[in-house]
Amino acid sequence: MDQKVTASNIEKTSLIGQRVKKPDAPDKATGKTRYINDMVLPQMLIGKVLFAGRPHAQIVSIDTSAAEKLPGVHAVLTGKDATGLKFGFVRDNVALKDKVRCEHDEIAAVAAETEEIALRAIDLIKVEYEDLPGVFTPEDGAKEDAPLIHDNFPGNKSLHFEFKHGDVAEAEAASDFIVDNVFRPHHVTHCCMGTSCAIADFDNNGKLTIWTQTQYPYNYKMDLAPALGLQPGDIRVIQPPIGGAFGSKLDVYPYEPIAALLARKTGRPVKVIYSREEEFKASPTRQPAIIHMRTGCTRDGTLTFRTADVLLDNGAYTSWGPTIPVIMMRTVSGHYRVPAVDFKAQAIYTNNPYAGSFRGYGNVQTTYATAQQMDMLADMVDMDPLEFHLKNSQRSGEITPQKSFLRECALVECLETAAEASDYSRKRKAYALERDQPGRYKKGIGLASSIHNAGGAKIHKSDGIGTILKVDDYARVTVITGASEIGQGIDAVITLIVSEELGVPLEHVTIVNNDSDIAPWDVGVHASRTTFIAGNGVRRAAQKAKAQILKAAEKQLGEPAETLELRGGSVVRDLCGTPLIKLDRLLRQMHFQAEPELVMVTDYYEPKSEPEGAKHISDHSAAYSHAVHIAEITVDTLTGEIKVDKITSAQDVGRVINRMGLEAQIEGGIAIGLGYALSENMLLEKGLLKNPCFRDYKLITAPEMPPLDLHFIESNCAEGPYGAKGVSELPTIVIAPAIANALYNATGVRIFNPPLSPEKVARAICEHRQRGK
Amino acid sequence: MSMETEINFTLNGRPVSVRVPVTMKTLTMLREVLGLTGTKYACGEGECGACTIKVDGRTLNSCLMHAVDCDGREVVTIEGLKTPEGMNPMQKSFVEHGAVQCGFCMPGMIMQADYLAENNPNLTREEAQRGLEGNLCRCTGYTKVLDAVESAVEKKCCGRC
Repeated sequence: MDQKVTASNIEKTSLIGQRVKKPDAPDKATGKTRYINDMVLPQMLIGKVLFAGRPHAQIVSIDTSAAEKLPGVHAVLTGKDATGLKFGFVRDNVALKDKVRCEHDEIAAVAAETEEIALRAIDLIKVEYEDLPGVFTPEDGAKEDAPLIHDNFPGNKSLHFEFKHGDVAEAEAASDFIVDNVFRPHHVTHCCMGTSCAIADFDNNGKLTIWTQTQYPYNYKMDLAPALGLQPGDIRVIQPPIGGAFGSKLDVYPYEPIAALLARKTGRPVKVIYSREEEFKASPTRQPAIIHMRTGCTRDGTLTFRTADVLLDNGAYTSWGPTIPVIMMRTVSGHYRVPAVDFKAQAIYTNNPYAGSFRGYGNVQTTYATAQQMDMLADMVDMDPLEFHLKNSQRSGEITPQKSFLRECALVECLETAAEASDYSRKRKAYALERDQPGRYKKGIGLASSIHNAGGAKIHKSDGIGTILKVDDYARVTVITGASEIGQGIDAVITLIVSEELGVPLEHVTIVNNDSDIAPWDVGVHASRTTFIAGNGVRRAAQKAKAQILKAAEKQLGEPAETLELRGGSVVRDLCGTPLIKLDRLLRQMHFQAEPELVMVTDYYEPKSEPEGAKHISDHSAAYSHAVHIAEITVDTLTGEIKVDKITSAQDVGRVINRMGLEAQIEGGIAIGLGYALSENMLLEKGLLKNPCFRDYKLITAPEMPPLDLHFIESNCAEGPYGAKGVSELPTIVIAPAIANALYNATGVRIFNPPLSPEKVARAICEHRQRGK
Repeated sequence: MSMETEINFTLNGRPVSVRVPVTMKTLTMLREVLGLTGTKYACGEGECGACTIKVDGRTLNSCLMHAVDCDGREVVTIEGLKTPEGMNPMQKSFVEHGAVQCGFCMPGMIMQADYLAENNPNLTREEAQRGLEGNLCRCTGYTKVLDAVESAVEKKCCGRC
């Protein structure tokens, strides 16, 4: 035993629920971080893309000869260089096109020594088009005589989903009240501050290294490979720091294989990076939809049924957007007790931009409908919406029609907490009485809630994660994990958990998670899964390391392992905290002994969830969570402007891990939701984007951000790390309908096609008043 | 190629002399000629504030300013905000308050916040909100950004830093 340790006892403390800084923040705050956008490699060429700029056309001819002759140009590629290299969900996309199906279709690409030369070369490419009649709404696309966008997709039909439960006809007959509305959630886009960028380079064995912004590095290899005619194993994915993702980097988009095709052709590294205008036009959108929803209830306020007939504007190609019904139907069928459900969704190809995944993934659109219909029904049965929600709320242990097991369900607590904190019921009544009184400015308060997966979503065969953890001779810990850091703060969560388990300082933890040749499998940052899945993975790995260390300590110190703990960089007696040996010293003794050992552990964590399956009846997430938002607004009834005065949020977070990161996720999620609700809108005219800039596409700015009152409900999830659930999507999901319900409370009008822009609101109020007369 | 000219100015406290095309923007010069990649391109048309720098003590969008207009002036970028002791109080406060997520807008945001605090020792949260209106952030919802600014201003007032 080491008798020299004389330090005082080290008390037991816990970091769970504390405020931990993001380890990468100092470099980001000082401009030191090298984002992918900042990267330059020796010999690197710049790639630029020629976009079609028209929505639907045949390409009659392309003449690249002048571009090829321009000094400094190293390669010019067109559709013939990508023939047969189909990629995407249904293999309907290709890096360079031989037919135009949307404005941003990539027709040709250039690699040149500078961006200036590349842009001049793009200008020199002559393309002759024969324009075709286009399809710009899913209704038009579904018509029998609609122009066909893809020859092999008759009727312009893309993906289709259905789910039925119970007897809707019977439930409808038993309903005293039915609401029936068509909601039209619109086109918005991610607006990552760092524009899309990829750098590709081939080695002389034909292996591709791609520096990318992807948020799903392992499936990314599989998805990128067919676009290049490669094997997934021949692709190494490196993820430098990126300027935001929010779901937009959950698929392969054509600029990535274009960078690789140019790199293969030139034998040099090629970087493709978008301008902001290109970003607006060519990066994915949130999936727009036409949702025909009906919900019924009895006179006493019990829900009877809900149906949703959804038509999705697929856009020109199929990315993640049209797969959102997988989540839409969980909310339609499983948010509140709904005895009978009929859900169907059909995606129709159009000549519009196409949607990817976007934080909230279908639930933003669905909840805009469900939460307004809950409010409308409460009004019809003359109940306080809070009471109506409570009456239909599930409790812990209930199972939804799709078999989502709500093991720990805190919906009631969320509702009660948010309502009490905002004085909801009293204010709602008072504002409703004020509604028809004279006065330009009207106050309103609105409540909305939703459910979302909070423990991943098993849409792939696996929803797991691999973790490698080593503790070196200096007691420095390296965690090699598949979990990507895209700004959301998993880095802070991982350092916190390692520190909690191994008793080492936060700053002694290093994370390696950006190279697919090094880090093990993970299915990416999506489905609010990373803290849950990666948190479990790193905790399990750290506990294995700890067991190995304490076993060695038992041997060294002659005290039973179960009486020992790791705390403050030492091995201590668990009960009294007496330090027995410094951890680094013990690790060196373990290493430099007759039977040497190093601390290197591996773990594979697969959550207890079931694959989604074709019938959509499975417990597809390891946890589910609820959030309630209450929005308080002031409406200028003359101009239609909505000022958000306050948002009260109550969310079931399972357990707070890093309080600062959790707050940051919820605040940021609310901001994206506010933009969706109030101002963001891609103005498309016959498939052409008319507002590809921040001046005309309005994000929420600092002065528009209202005060937030955040409440974390800790339901203590049995499967989550320390009880935590995933959190990041719900804040974005619930905000728009809360504002829409507040608008109704303030003015008596409802708007079914967001955003709630001043013009729309003013018009609706005007029409409402005229009807009233 | 466009005509080039030589300019001389002070960059983060040191004199520099550089030849630039007359059409080049300050943002491009900083990033591509001088290798100071802390200043970010995010829109290129003065709408997002990610490229905010200080010129003669005032903040501006470097994407809108020609490089040649730096001649004879004093330019400070995010890299120049650090003091010999490390991060300046505003940078520290952003880190402490969790105001940094993806961080891409942060160099511009911090330059503007630092300018606001420097020029108004009694800066209120509302004034900071208005002063940061031209700096877009997609991650944070600005709440922690404003917490950070408020705290940095308070600390300055009581002389603790």
